[in-house]
Amino acid sequence: MFLYLFWFSWWLNSRTEMQLDSLLLQQTSLSGSSQSPRSPSTQPFLSVSVTDPAKLGNGVQSYISYRVITRTNLPEYQGPEKIVIRRYSDFIWLHDRLFEKYKGIFIPPLPEKNAVEKFRFSAEFIEMRRQALDIFVNRIALHPQLQQSEDLKTFLQVDEETMERARSQETGIFKKKPADFMQIFKDVQSKVSDAVLGKEKPVEESNPEYEKLKNYIFELEEDLAEAQKHAFRLVKRHKELGQSLSDFGKAIKLLGACEGNSLGKAFSELGSKSEMLSIKLQKEAHNLLMKFAEPLKDYVRAVQSIKATMAERATAFKHQYELAETIKLKEINLDKLMLIRSDKVGEAEIEYRELKVEGEEATKKYEMIVQLMNEEIVRFQEQKTWDVGVAFHELAKGQAQLANEIADAWRSLLPKLEACSSAQT
Amino acid sequence: MMGSGNQDFDEAQLFASREEMESLILDEPSNGKSFSDYRSAMSSVSVSETHHPLSPPIVGIGDSDDPLLSSPSYNRDHRNPNISENSYLEPPSYADVIFSPFSDKNGEVNGVENPIYDSGKSGVLSRSASSNSEYFKISVSNPVKEQETSNSLVPGGNTYYTYLITTRTNMPEFGGSEFSVRRRFKDVVTLSDRLSESYRGFFIPPRPDKNVVESQVMQKQEFVEQRRVALEKYLSRLAAHPVIKKSEELRVFLQVQGKLPLPTTTDVASRMLDGAVKLPKQLFGESASVVAPHEVVQPAKGGRDLLRIFKELKQSVANDWGGTKPPVVEEDKEFLEKKEKLQDLEQQLSNASQQAESLVKAQQDIGETMGELGLAFIKLTKFETEEAVNNSQRIRAADMKRVATAAVKASRFYRESNAQTVKYLDTLHEYLGLMLAVHSAFSDRSSALLTVQTLLSELSSLHSRAEKLETASSKIFGGDRSRIRKIEELKETIKVTEDAKSCAVREYERIKENNRNELERLDRERRNDFLGMLKGFVINQVGYAEKIANVWANVAEETSGYTKESS
Repeated sequence: MFLYLFWFSWWLNSRTEMQLDSLLLQQTSLSGSSQSPRSPSTQPFLSVSVTDPAKLGNGVQSYISYRVITRTNLPEYQGPEKIVIRRYSDFIWLHDRLFEKYKGIFIPPLPEKNAVEKFRFSAEFIEMRRQALDIFVNRIALHPQLQQSEDLKTFLQVDEETMERARSQETGIFKKKPADFMQIFKDVQSKVSDAVLGKEKPVEESNPEYEKLKNYIFELEEDLAEAQKHAFRLVKRHKELGQSLSDFGKAIKLLGACEGNSLGKAFSELGSKSEMLSIKLQKEAHNLLMKFAEPLKDYVRAVQSIKATMAERATAFKHQYELAETIKLKEINLDKLMLIRSDKVGEAEIEYRELKVEGEEATKKYEMIVQLMNEEIVRFQEQKTWDVGVAFHELAKGQAQLANEIADAWRSLLPKLEACSSAQT
Repeated sequence: MMGSGNQDFDEAQLFASREEMESLILDEPSNGKSFSDYRSAMSSVSVSETHHPLSPPIVGIGDSDDPLLSSPSYNRDHRNPNISENSYLEPPSYADVIFSPFSDKNGEVNGVENPIYDSGKSGVLSRSASSNSEYFKISVSNPVKEQETSNSLVPGGNTYYTYLITTRTNMPEFGGSEFSVRRRFKDVVTLSDRLSESYRGFFIPPRPDKNVVESQVMQKQEFVEQRRVALEKYLSRLAAHPVIKKSEELRVFLQVQGKLPLPTTTDVASRMLDGAVKLPKQLFGESASVVAPHEVVQPAKGGRDLLRIFKELKQSVANDWGGTKPPVVEEDKEFLEKKEKLQDLEQQLSNASQQAESLVKAQQDIGETMGELGLAFIKLTKFETEEAVNNSQRIRAADMKRVATAAVKASRFYRESNAQTVKYLDTLHEYLGLMLAVHSAFSDRSSALLTVQTLLSELSSLHSRAEKLETASSKIFGGDRSRIRKIEELKETIKVTEDAKSCAVREYERIKENNRNELERLDRERRNDFLGMLKGFVINQVGYAEKIANVWANVAEETSGYTKESS
C-alpha cells in the first residue's frame, strides 16, 4: 500500500498549483514511504496486512477471525514481524477508541456492521470485508497522527485474551465517562435556561466557509451513494449476463446436436464459446465488485466519517460557547458579590477561576479540531482523488479486457462459419 | 440514405438518456487554463478518426469540444424525434458493424456480406429475392375503421378495420407492377383456409392469431398496429414461398379490387345443418352413402361429412386397437425418421428461442445500468467542478468526466448491438413458428392416409358382402330376383368406391411428394438461414465488443498514472 511516493512524483509533474506544504507535511511524517527492498531498512516503516479469514465458533456464535500481520522496524513495536488473531469487533474497538481520542481527524471508515444473515459467510462478503479491514488498518498506519496511537499498538500486538478483555471493557453505548455525564446534565440545564430566557437559537458556528463545506459534504454523500448503487447493480448485471450466456450456450449446443453436419458443429462451437464467455463475465463481475464498487462504497463511508467528525466539532463548539456564556454570567455574579463584600466571594472566585481554565481548555480543544479538520480535508481530497483514480483505472482496464476477450472469442468462430457456408453439406 | 438512417437510429436509441444528458451538459470550468494544461499533459491518446462515413462518429477525448457537447450534433440533424424504439426502420448497415475503425485484425471480416437481412423491415427471410431478379414485396399500412353495411341485430352496426395492402412485383402472373387493395382480417383468415385446402402437404406459413382476448384488452391503436405488423410478416412469408407465391388464391387476395365474397361454407352453423340433414338420408340409404371421388381429395369436414367422419374414425380406432394391421401403412422409413428429428428440433428450437430472449434482456439490462452509472458520474463531475476548492477536486472531476463519457458511450453501444442481436436471433423464433406449418402438412398426410385406409376397408367389406350374396344366390337355381338386384347394386357401389379409392391413393401420393419436397426445401433454407443467423450474430458481437473495448482502453490509458507499483 505504499503508493504515495510514486503517485506524488507523477502528480507533481502535471500540477500547476497544489498544496505543497501539506503534502510535504505528509511526506515527512509518513512511515513506510519507501517500499522497494533495495532501500535501507533504516527508513521507518509500518506495514500491516489482514489476511486468512477463518470461521471459528459454533452455530449462532460463529464468527470470522483474521490474521493481522505487522511488519515494522519501529522500536515501539515487537520484532520485525508480529502476527495476531483479530475479529471484526476488535476492529470496531480500535475505530471507536480513535474516534474518541482524535477529535478533528477523519477516522478511516469500517465496513458495515450488519449483513443479511445468509450472506454473512459467503465467500464474496468475507473477501469484501477482509479487503476493507486491510485498507482500514493501513490507513491508520499511514496517518501521521493516528499511527502514533497507543490503541493501535495494542491492537496490533497484544494476544487475543488481552484484546478480548480490552474490548469487553468498552461495552455498548455507555462509553461516556462520568465527566461526560456532567456535561450532558449541564447541557440540559442550559437548554432549559435558554428556553426560559427565550434564547432558542441553535448554537452553531457562523463560518461561511465551513457552512459551504458542510453543504458540500452532505450533497457529496447523496451523489456518491447514487453512483455506488449503480456500481453494485452493474456487478449484478454482469453476473446475470454471464448466467444467460451460459444457458444460451447450452441451448445452442443442443440445437446443434439436432442439426448435425457442419452446421451442427458450428452451433456446438458457438455454444462452447458462449459458455466460456460466461465464465469470463463472472470473473469480471467479481473484479468489478472488489476493485470498483467497493472502493466507491468506501468513499461513501469516508464521507460519513467526515460527518461524524463534523458532529464532534459542533459538540465542541457548543461546549466552549456555553462555557463562555456561563463564565460571563459568573463574572457578573462575582463582581456583584465583591461589591456587596459577601463572604461567598472566595468561593465564587475559585469557581470562576476553575471555570476559566475549563473554558480555555474547551476553546483549545475546539480550535484544535478546526485546525486538524482543515488539514484533514486537504488530505481527504487528495487521497480520494487517488483512490477514485485507481478505481477508475481498474474499471476501465477490466471492461476493456472483458470486451477484448469477448471480441476475440467470437472472432475466432468466423473462419469456421465461413468454411461452413462454402462447404454445402 | 444510410447516413440519415443511422442518425435516426442512434437517436432512437438515446432519446431517454439523451434528454438527461442534455440537461447536464458541462461547461468548461472557469479557470480553464489549468484544466486544459492538465488535459494536454494527461491525454496521451487522441482517437484518430478514420472517419468512415457509415460509422457513428465517436468523439475522442482529445477533442477541443466537450465530448458531451458534441453529441447534440445528432440532435440538430435528426428529422424524426419521435421514432418509437420498436420500429427499426433502417438498420445500421452491416458495414457499420464490420468497418470498425479501431480494429486491424478485422480485415478478413470486412468482405462478408449477408444478403439475407437487406430487407430489414419485417425480418423476413427473403432469400429468393437476392438470388434471381424476381421481386415480390408486400407492405401493409393505413388501417381504417369501417362499418358493416348489412343489417345486423345490434343497432349502430359492427365496426372493423381494413388495411391497405400494397404489392410491388415483377412477376408475370400479376400483370401490373404495383397495385393496392383493402382487406380486413376476416379476408386473411379465408385466404389462409383456402390455401390449406389447396396446398395439402405443403409447409404453409401460419397466419396471425385472431387474438380475440387481446383485441378486447389492449388499446385499440396498439392492437391495430400489432396486427398490421403481423399481417405484413405473414403476407411476406407467403410471397417468399416458391409454390404459394404463384397461387391463384394469393393473387386474387392481393389484386382483385372490391370486397372479397364470403365463402359458402364459412358459416359453421349452416355446415352443421347440412351434415345433420344429410346423415339420416345416408343412413337410410336414400342418398349415396358413398364418398364421391371428388370429395375424397378433401379431408372430411366437421359438420358436413358426418358419415365419412364416423367411418374414418372407426378405421382409425381399428388401426390403433385392432389386432390386424391396416391395409396400408406409413412405410416410408425415411419419413418417419425425419419426423422424429423434426420433433426433436422443435423442442430444441423452443428452448434456444427462450434462452435467446433471456440473453437479449440481460444485454439490455447491462447497457441500461452502464448508462445510469455514467449519468450518476456526470452529476458528480458537475458538482465537484462547481464546488472545487482544491486542485485535487478538479483533477477528480476530470477523471470522473472521462469515465462518465465512456460509460455513456458503452451504454449506447450495448443498446445498438442488442437491437441487431434481436433480429438475428429472431430467426430461431421464425423457424419455431414454421414448425406449426410442418405439423399441419404432416397431418394432411396422415388424414389422407386414413381416407385411403378407410376406403380400402370399405372395399374389402363390400367385396365380402358381394361374395356372400353370390354364393347364396347360386344355390337357388334360376336365382333370386331381389338378390340379383342387390348384387348389381353392390357391384355399382364397389365401382364407385374403387374410383374413390384410386383418387384417394393419388391424393395421398401427391401429398407425400409435397411433404418430401418441402422437407428438402426446409432443410436447405434452414441451413442457410441458421448459418446467416450465426454469422450475423457473431459479426455483430465482434464489432461492438471492439468498439466498447476501445472506449475503455482509452480511459485506462488516461488513468494509467494511477497504477499501483506492486512491491
